[in-house]
Amino acid sequence: MKPAPFEYIRPQSLAEACVLLAGDEDARAIAGGQTLVPMLAMRLARPTKLIDIMRLPELAGIRPEGDALVVGATTRQVVADQDPLVHAQVPALARVLPWVGHPPTRNRGTVGGSIANADPSAEIPLVAVTLGAEIMLATPDGPSSMPADDFFIGPMLTTIAPGECVSAVKFPVWRHERIGVGFFEVSARKSDFAFASALAQVALDEDGCCVNIVLGVGGVGDRALRLDVSPLLGTRLDAASVTEAVHAVASEMDASSDLHASASYRRRVAITLARRAIEQARTEAGTRPLKGAA
Amino acid sequence: MKVELRVNGVSRTADVEPRKTLLDTLRENFLLNGAHAGCEHGVCGACTVLVDGEPVRSCLMFAVQADGYEITTIEGLAPAPGELSVIQDAFCETHGLQCGYCTPGMILSAHALLQHTQTPSREEIVEAISGNICRCTGYGQIVEAVQFAADRLQKSNVLRPKHLRPGHPGAGHDGPEEGILEPAETDAPTEIVR
Repeated sequence: MKPAPFEYIRPQSLAEACVLLAGDEDARAIAGGQTLVPMLAMRLARPTKLIDIMRLPELAGIRPEGDALVVGATTRQVVADQDPLVHAQVPALARVLPWVGHPPTRNRGTVGGSIANADPSAEIPLVAVTLGAEIMLATPDGPSSMPADDFFIGPMLTTIAPGECVSAVKFPVWRHERIGVGFFEVSARKSDFAFASALAQVALDEDGCCVNIVLGVGGVGDRALRLDVSPLLGTRLDAASVTEAVHAVASEMDASSDLHASASYRRRVAITLARRAIEQARTEAGTRPLKGAA
Repeated sequence: MKVELRVNGVSRTADVEPRKTLLDTLRENFLLNGAHAGCEHGVCGACTVLVDGEPVRSCLMFAVQADGYEITTIEGLAPAPGELSVIQDAFCETHGLQCGYCTPGMILSAHALLQHTQTPSREEIVEAISGNICRCTGYGQIVEAVQFAADRLQKSNVLRPKHLRPGHPGAGHDGPEEGILEPAETDAPTEIVR
């Protein structure tokens, strides 16, 4: 349970980090290390170099940018969880953060680290995929970005290339008056890997009709999936329409089997959780004050 | 690699391999054996220490990553040799430990919680120790111990460091330098709300 030897380097700038990462394909970036260090300890990963990006100023901070909230890659999960901007502008992220690991791992684990790690059952990638976030990358040729949908390609697999590193996640901010979020997950114990999870965010108009809705499920397939529930736009999100829309889109989705849960169990649970998440989001949005109200 | 760490308020240096965890460095280089090595891959919480006042797994952090942070181990909580902090004492009073392997981690997690919250709810306590596994007690007495400690700290004359954010150099102590509890009326266990 001790890691194999590696070289430890703490670069002074993001550009230097990218050069180091590009120069050695067995080099790995480390930030909070809450997943990487156990993998090193079990020797599932044996990098030659660890490039510590945790203290790079370019990767820190949470800032609004147009219709988005940019969360720096090394923002610790506990910091994001306590951030008023995150709560006000990306309520879906605020909702799932208490479900990420447990307090001691959230104290070190980072938002960008969870994205780069791409665990199929992880909550932060689920938010990124569901909301359609943009993954900001630092590359040796300068900054670039890619939609979360294209970034995650499989279990612990992303399209990130050697020499690149996640620099921030750009979460879209909804400007509607009445927004609600719903989130549920099923796991063996709280903070463990979810067998299935579902996240919904809805916006309602003054009459309670749905004007925007997104739905995502995690833990079911080899990565978080965004499900198209656009038929629900314009409805009042009544139980029958929600059930029909969720079944239509989720019954055939890819699911994986393992020791913990079969594919059909995962699919069944995901459908139920998705229904509940939409219902919870609708209820939450419905309790928001209308424009002009106090 | 040379590392310089602040441990329990004292600057210490060690020459370690980059792959040496903070846990092993604390135990082997500084002989602070209170942080226990359990699973060594971040599951059990026996190795919990405070980094800038927040509980962190010392097996998931390399010593070379830890310079510049204020690290507090269980040894840093007791006000003096042979004495116990309020939380440590509460664990004894309520039989919050049996084999004791998880206890330093439990106490440090509880300590961090009680720095933030004076009157934690049962749910907050359970959440705070959710990353620490105990295989003896069934957790009942541990939750009780934290409630008891919270109650004692509230009734005591300890200067509650409310203004202290995690990260403040003094955040790792409930010892006498900040004022210690007056035991008079708080000595007898009070009724604990479950």
